Amino acid sequence: MHQFLQQTFSGLGAGAIYASLALALVMIYRATDLVNFAQGEMAMFSTYIAWTLVNAGLPFWAAFFITLFISFAGGMAIERIVIRPVESAPVLSAVVVTLGLLLIFNATAGWIYTYTLQEFPSPFPDRPLFGALMTTRDLGVIAVTLAMLALLFVFFRFTSTGLAMRAAAQNPESARLCGVRVGRMLAIGWGLAAAIGAIAGIMVAPVLFLDPNMMSGVLLYAFTGALLGGITSPVGAVVGGLIVGVTENLVGTYLIPSQLKLTVALGLIILVLVFKPNGLFGTAIVRRV
Amino acid sequence: MTRTFGMATGAFAVALVSTVAWAAGQYSPGASDTEIKIGNTMPYSGPASSYGIIGKTDAAYFSMINDQGGINGRKINFISRDDSYSPPKTVEQVRQLVEQDQVLLMFNTLGTPPNTAIQGYLNDNKVPQLFVATGANKWNDPKHFPWTMPWFPNYGIEAHIYANYILKNLPDAKIAVLYQNDDFGKDYLNGLRAGLGPKADKMIVATQSYETTDPTVDSQIVALQGSGADVLMTAAIPKFAAQAIRKVYDIGWRPTHLLSSVSNSVGTALKPAGLEKSVGIISATYYRDPTDPQWQDTPQLKEWLAFMNNHGLSGSVTDSQAVVGYSYAQTMVAVLKNCGDNLTRDNIMKQAASLHNFTLPMLLPGITLNTSADDFQPMKQMQLEKFDGTTWKLFGTVMGSGS
Amino acid sequence: MTQESTATARVSAAAAGPPSLVTWQWTAAAALVAFAAALPLGVSNYHVFELTMVMIYAIAVLGLNILTGYNGQISLGHGGFFAAGAYTAAILMHRYGVPYWATLPPAALICFVLGLLFGLPALRFEGPYLALVTLAMAVAMPQMLKYFDTWTGGQQGINLVKVQPPVALGIGRDVWLYLFVLAVLVIAMRIAANILHGRTGRAFVAIRDHPIAAAAMGIHTARYKTLAFGISTLFTGVAGALSAIVIGFVAPESFGLFLSLSFLVGSAIGGIATIPGAIVGGLFIEFVPNFANDISDAAPWAVYGLAMLLFMYAMPRGVVGSVGHWLTWSKQKFL
Repeated sequence: MHQFLQQTFSGLGAGAIYASLALALVMIYRATDLVNFAQGEMAMFSTYIAWTLVNAGLPFWAAFFITLFISFAGGMAIERIVIRPVESAPVLSAVVVTLGLLLIFNATAGWIYTYTLQEFPSPFPDRPLFGALMTTRDLGVIAVTLAMLALLFVFFRFTSTGLAMRAAAQNPESARLCGVRVGRMLAIGWGLAAAIGAIAGIMVAPVLFLDPNMMSGVLLYAFTGALLGGITSPVGAVVGGLIVGVTENLVGTYLIPSQLKLTVALGLIILVLVFKPNGLFGTAIVRRV
Repeated sequence: MTRTFGMATGAFAVALVSTVAWAAGQYSPGASDTEIKIGNTMPYSGPASSYGIIGKTDAAYFSMINDQGGINGRKINFISRDDSYSPPKTVEQVRQLVEQDQVLLMFNTLGTPPNTAIQGYLNDNKVPQLFVATGANKWNDPKHFPWTMPWFPNYGIEAHIYANYILKNLPDAKIAVLYQNDDFGKDYLNGLRAGLGPKADKMIVATQSYETTDPTVDSQIVALQGSGADVLMTAAIPKFAAQAIRKVYDIGWRPTHLLSSVSNSVGTALKPAGLEKSVGIISATYYRDPTDPQWQDTPQLKEWLAFMNNHGLSGSVTDSQAVVGYSYAQTMVAVLKNCGDNLTRDNIMKQAASLHNFTLPMLLPGITLNTSADDFQPMKQMQLEKFDGTTWKLFGTVMGSGS
Repeated sequence: MTQESTATARVSAAAAGPPSLVTWQWTAAAALVAFAAALPLGVSNYHVFELTMVMIYAIAVLGLNILTGYNGQISLGHGGFFAAGAYTAAILMHRYGVPYWATLPPAALICFVLGLLFGLPALRFEGPYLALVTLAMAVAMPQMLKYFDTWTGGQQGINLVKVQPPVALGIGRDVWLYLFVLAVLVIAMRIAANILHGRTGRAFVAIRDHPIAAAAMGIHTARYKTLAFGISTLFTGVAGALSAIVIGFVAPESFGLFLSLSFLVGSAIGGIATIPGAIVGGLFIEFVPNFANDISDAAPWAVYGLAMLLFMYAMPRGVVGSVGHWLTWSKQKFL
């Protein structure tokens, strides 16, 4: 029983990491109908920016907010400069462009910062909770992820920019006719996603340690979690991420030897998707003939 | 007649001079009076990219030697290519190095699968495959692969040392193993099994593996604790070793923790994990950890530090792999120096197989390199050490035979 | 010509049956093949080896083109099928002593069946969901290869005996393997052309462009989509088998996620819904990393990524796709 609780809590901790990146993926998908494969690397790069600032002597929270600002601006710039040219091109071209971005960010980070492992300070103290089932740091990650989710929810539901963004994503032509500046919405969407990614990276780096490949493994799980929850649903992203984390842990402990953990965990999730092809909270795509 | 005699003398003189000039250097492709071309492949990208620093340190060291005049007056042309740890890519790069760039030898190629992919090709073409950067057990095989030579004590030797330690000090131990799911991790596991002998099955109560694409190993550590083990062996690269050390402490588990030499650097693995969480960890080593306080005032470390800072590598002075690269390069330079003007591939192998009590500044005192015609394993010694919260305290003796 | 009349022309041309190549097209194709066959005479062994790899990747990318380009089903997992073909060939050669050329049909068959099995559940998924399912294949394959180590040799991989060229021809191993792979490539392209320009191909394209209309017209969507998967993985599996023969070594590390992504990139850059685009894709996958290394040895993959971006901006339909598009456009404009 103790083992079960341990694994579940461990899974929630890992799941929160996946959920935070999944939120950024969902953000971009809702805003631009694209899966951004470079999301993890962008988050990692933002974290390195924060790390540079902290090393230069800035207090943690100053570095945090400056990084958020830079990431937001950077995300908007990337959408304008890098993604805009392929927006009207076949989807595959956009996919290739995001893959290219992935490589560029990863290689540049490796070049500037080397591949040596770095520590990253955490705003949360590192104390055990619930009798060593969890640490305050893991709880902090979960709390921040839920906070981001709440903010996003409010943003999309109750603000006019959020509404405009949803319109721009669903039907750009009609939105334009209604006076929505579609281009600006897309850029804001990317900016927000980059900022969410930066928060995810900064939360996660104390746990995973900072190196250029920090997010490569996380991206796969975040992608899985986002799709499991429904690629259009932020709530789904968080729930999906948490489920992926816990499933992976329990599967590896009870069902099969650890050497097949990844395979079986993915298999189970795909099995769920077979019954719910749009994810747990996703909306079905209705096709007009 | 004088004329003929004069011509004959002249011809003889020319012949004499050209033979002497010929004897001034015997060369295989890649070597000349002015240059020695050395080929290398390293994973500068991809999941194994943290090892890329070894190649960078090699390059910096050779460049320093060139600044000091080269080896016997010849400059080293070190050509290192990225293979992303993918064997097909390694084959391609090595073929390019050997056939297009015409290198004299391959040095310090990294990784077991990459080296396995090129071993046949290099031996068939009689190109030296020297000082391969892998700890697999199979490279010391001069009978079948006379052109391939490893360098550091392989993981099997290290795991044996751990097994002996356990058998001697903790004979009733229940052992759990965390290992990376590839040749590196498996070599440790199999080496431990072999070292424990018939007691292996009884003593090893749980094993958990992880992939380098896994974000954390927390789940594996929790599962290993659940097995009730009181000894843990971790065969992991620094990132995952640090996570493991931290998680072990956080869940309140206090096993005797044996840590692979690949991840025992104070700066790269223990500090991120938390120095207070790393107290009591036991590891084996053959070189000096640059972040360990006990070596800070030694001239050898100062020299290494100066070298790193003067060659653009100051971002890596906490990375113990840079010490390893430095030592590899020094070995290569020594072998090439011993070749003198005979830079044929045969002679290079001969010199490499003739190391006697060869020491290097950044190795532990007492560790020497020794090779012979039927023993291609240069280093066979390691020493155990225990972490006391600030530094590694060496204990016991240098183990393994020197010769 | 107006849009409508071109469309009618295309439909009636299609209704006339698969196009037979005009004489000059036959001569051009034959000349190209002859040129390719003679190429090894003028280049070093190493370059011959590189070109062989280009052709192998081209066959793999061709498989992906059939599935993603002509049938619209995205796959991020073709590296996994490539691995399946490679290991089939390796195990047959290593364990059962099967001669290298005889491993191609079994590899093709096994990968075809694998593709069908994969294609069935894939029917449920579209877009990013399908991407995930195929991605899972690419990621799970190395794990499974390591796990079933009695068959696959696990992390040690399988080392294969080097192929010996027929003595009578008097050529080296590299040249012989080049010609062997060239022959397979030509056959593969011919088969792909026959399939894609025929009924099956038209069904694929119809399903890609207007799935509901296609179904309404009586095309059995599920059957054709699954078939597309099977045919696609057949091609990629054969490419994998060839790679095992040429490299002489297989290990789980050879078939990581990056391989699958490379195929997709090569496919897009060559021209996703074309056949000759596969060759351009193969050239990109093989040569651009080396060029990138020459340009910057500090961050070569950044240069590679940049190359990907620039190709997509300049030619969003891929090289062959864009060239074809410009030719049609200029024909319409100026003729």
